[in-house]
Amino acid sequence: MFSDFMSVDLTASLYLLSGVFFILAIRGLSSPETARIGNYLGMSGMLIAFTVTILNLEDNSLSNLILIVAGISIGGLIGTFLSKKVAMTDMPQMVAALNSMGGMSAVLVAWAAFLSPAAFGLEINGYIATASMVEMLLGIFVGAITFSGSVIAFLKLQGLMKSAPVILPLRHVISIGIFSIILVCSYLILIGSQYDQVLFLVISILSLALGLLLIIPIGGADMPVVIAVLNSYSGFAAAIIGFTLNNLALVITGALVGSSGAILSYIMCVAMNRSFFSVIMGGFGDEGAGGEQVKETRPVKIGSADDAAFILKNASSVIIVPGYGMAVARAQNSLKEMVDKLKEMGIKVTYAIHPVAGRMPGHMNVLLAEADVPYDDIYELTEINSDFAQADVAFVIGANDVTNPAAKSDPNSPIFGMPILEVENAKTVLFVKRSLGIGYAGIDNDLFYQENTMMLLDDAKKMSEDISASI
Amino acid sequence: MDISPLVYYGSIFVLAIFVGYYVVWSVTPALHTPLMSVTNAISAVIIVGAIIAMGTESSGTAGTISKVVSFFALIFASINIFGGFLVTQRMLEMYKKKVKKDV
Repeated sequence: MFSDFMSVDLTASLYLLSGVFFILAIRGLSSPETARIGNYLGMSGMLIAFTVTILNLEDNSLSNLILIVAGISIGGLIGTFLSKKVAMTDMPQMVAALNSMGGMSAVLVAWAAFLSPAAFGLEINGYIATASMVEMLLGIFVGAITFSGSVIAFLKLQGLMKSAPVILPLRHVISIGIFSIILVCSYLILIGSQYDQVLFLVISILSLALGLLLIIPIGGADMPVVIAVLNSYSGFAAAIIGFTLNNLALVITGALVGSSGAILSYIMCVAMNRSFFSVIMGGFGDEGAGGEQVKETRPVKIGSADDAAFILKNASSVIIVPGYGMAVARAQNSLKEMVDKLKEMGIKVTYAIHPVAGRMPGHMNVLLAEADVPYDDIYELTEINSDFAQADVAFVIGANDVTNPAAKSDPNSPIFGMPILEVENAKTVLFVKRSLGIGYAGIDNDLFYQENTMMLLDDAKKMSEDISASI
Repeated sequence: MDISPLVYYGSIFVLAIFVGYYVVWSVTPALHTPLMSVTNAISAVIIVGAIIAMGTESSGTAGTISKVVSFFALIFASINIFGGFLVTQRMLEMYKKKVKKDV
């Protein structure tokens, strides 16, 4: 079935090469200097895989090639448009959308292979080999969960669906029930039921429903983990299809993407002190928010932009702690201007970033990079936490829960045990916040009432502009 | 005699997981978002499956449906490839060292 151009061995070697290029693409991301070359290597790997596949086509008639080019052009145009259009604050949605595409592709390719097994060399004496069948069923299962789960994640992140967890009664029973039916259907297909196309469809639909049920009970605060988990699933779905197609590039890439997503999920879980299991079980993010609101009576020091400017001017070292609220207020650029002014006066200014400062792993770094903040000025939690004790000012803007000392001192707090940025150790804490409300996780922050804290109650953008003006 | 494809590809899969483990831990946390978008792009190498299905001389209803289904897979995978690589590139451009400051 292979064309005269290429031997089976050459084909496999070239797929291996494209897998190697993908490894190098990820390796490149170890530093911003090599990352762009890495991305080009990734593109080259894709081009190799594509070319090899085209050269091996059984039906390389013009009409067929035109159809293939048409499909790629449609997808290519949509993808290019999305990539140019998406705002950096919306990257989590973008990744969720791309995850869903990956999951759907896996489902569709499994279907294509199931419907014309001969095309993929899966038939032995007119029957699909059991191993291939199991792989296709697994591919459908994981792919469909990835798809519907990512769609829900997308809707929640985009605000088209309430981000609060949706807890159905008996949801675990329903999920287990659906999973059992999927198992029974798979068994029936494997022992050779004649209705297997219908069963295949039932399995696809039930897997989609299961993905839905798995993600709707997960609250907005856990979304960084969810995106990473779904990223991992989309990789494993691709790897499983790679087994069906006996394709090296797919198996290698699927394994890479699967482990990448798994590691990112782990990092996010550690950063929130949440166990992977409890995230998957869902329900986080509603605690405290609906509970009794104790009226806070402790005194709070509230300052003006002029006060803040005065404190900042007289500092010798300042650490900025940005959070997602800063990005929502589009304050990155005004903040950067303020920082530039301080730097001109010889003040040392650095940025401290908590792993969950944004809505996905590394999100805050991208948002700051967009505002031209040099990446040498940006430090991760573990690198900078001990520096707060020596800093004159910690300038918290748009962050809240990641600075809450209750995570260390109050065992009853829902965020207890979460690693935080220890801003309370700085001589002065300037806390920019719109009002004295609670944070994303719905928890009060003791930091507001500390003696060395000055609250700057205003919109993040307006406040940084006003401070800039009076420096 | 010959090892089965399952064991052969299984071995590669296991080794690739280890490669992935070490390579991904070497990625700087500052680039975790581009990591996610680029992994989206490369996992869309599943496009080869769509192309293989498109490129077979098939007949019958199942064959036709198979082609239609793989045409859609082709579109979805292409969205991932172009969207993933280009948005990664867009982000990485932002990480360029700003050398033009003095101009």
